[in-house]
Amino acid sequence: MKKTYMDSVHHDGRIWNLSMMVILLLFPVLVALIFKTAPNWHGLLMGLLATAPMYWAVGVVETITYVPMLGAGGSYLSFVTGNISNLKLPCALNALEQAGVKANSEEGEIISTVAIAVSSIVTTVIIAVGVVLIVPLTPLLSAPVLVPAFAQILPALFGGLGVVFVSKNWKIAVAPVVLMLALFIFVPALNAGTVGIMVPVSVLFTLGVSRLLYKKGLLG
Amino acid sequence: MKFSVNSPILFVMVGVIIALVLAQSVYFLCKALRRAKELGMDPQKLKKTARTAAIFTIAPAVAIVISVITLSKDLGLPLPWLRLSVVGSMSYETIAATNAESAMGLTFGRVTSLSASEFVTIASVMTLSIMVGIWLVPAIGEKLQNGMISMENRDKRWGDVFQSAMFIGMIAAFLGYVFCDFSTVFSGSTSGLIPVAVMAVSAIVMALAGLAVKKLKWHWIADYALPVSLVAGMASAIPITAWLG
Repeated sequence: MKKTYMDSVHHDGRIWNLSMMVILLLFPVLVALIFKTAPNWHGLLMGLLATAPMYWAVGVVETITYVPMLGAGGSYLSFVTGNISNLKLPCALNALEQAGVKANSEEGEIISTVAIAVSSIVTTVIIAVGVVLIVPLTPLLSAPVLVPAFAQILPALFGGLGVVFVSKNWKIAVAPVVLMLALFIFVPALNAGTVGIMVPVSVLFTLGVSRLLYKKGLLG
Repeated sequence: MKFSVNSPILFVMVGVIIALVLAQSVYFLCKALRRAKELGMDPQKLKKTARTAAIFTIAPAVAIVISVITLSKDLGLPLPWLRLSVVGSMSYETIAATNAESAMGLTFGRVTSLSASEFVTIASVMTLSIMVGIWLVPAIGEKLQNGMISMENRDKRWGDVFQSAMFIGMIAAFLGYVFCDFSTVFSGSTSGLIPVAVMAVSAIVMALAGLAVKKLKWHWIADYALPVSLVAGMASAIPITAWLG
């Protein structure tokens, strides 16, 4: 049977991601070999116990939640280059919206991949330039006047994105927005560190509400 | 070889890894563009997508550079450069580095020098703790995609609603997050209103752009609406923080 474009994206994506995983894991190993040292095993164990369980759980949930939104090519790239919820996913959503294509069509797959690939390239280049120019850039970027601007990047991002998607899908949006506002306002444990866990909760709730509205014929 | 967090060999290793990350992005970009040509997609649409994505990425990428600078005070430049160019995020890398340092009796932000062993420990914690998605996507990505396709084949309309619901669910969680410090208002502090006000400015700018497209037919604005609303929101944070903070 002839291989489709999607088959080849998955085939190549598997090779790229598994290779990148090995390369990333090799970095601390090579540093240890070059400098003839070993990790502080107690520190490694305690550090992993404090960090890994939560982020492994979040990783599983993020994969299941984000892959259908990012598309195939976008997913393979995003899960290597990172910054998914604060950069790659909004970038892909905006691109799909601007292009007027559906995420699960082949055109949508291409648009999403182009947006995420360009975003990844630009991010990598800007960080590299930042590293090269770190001496002159540090006083500029660390200037107290700019600190509030970079501290509020997520509200500034989701304000604009929210208007686009909520206004187009307000019937679906009302219940999850109200629920999330109530939870984040009245449950003190919910903060910047837990928003990643709340994304799948919110997505599942929204899917449930949407199914109900759809079955009742209330979604046009 | 004598260890330093800024040793030239670390820069070389990180440079090579980042070149490979860049190569993966270029590879998928070329692959998508080739397929777009085969499908006869409008090249202007693709150019517009690339241009908007590039412009939109600038401000968040500069924020990532600031995180590199912050982390470099403890870890040197190569490790934060690597970690923030690959899977993870600004908040994750800081948490992972803090936990790894604490586990060795160090305090994040107050480290003056690291031994090679401490450096390897921190790099290992930062790498291993975020390694799930990178292998899970190859393991289950195709099944998830096929599940979406078969659902759409069964009921196309529900497939569209399902996709919109996923987007809205994700956005709703972040809109909720904007209000996470709102309750400080009940104890007389106004600082919890800062993100809410910033979000409102960004939303208003986006709504005005939408009106300009609809009423004045200024369609070119649509390409820049999200980056402009993002930068306007961030810029507004400066006077808003001075006022409410």
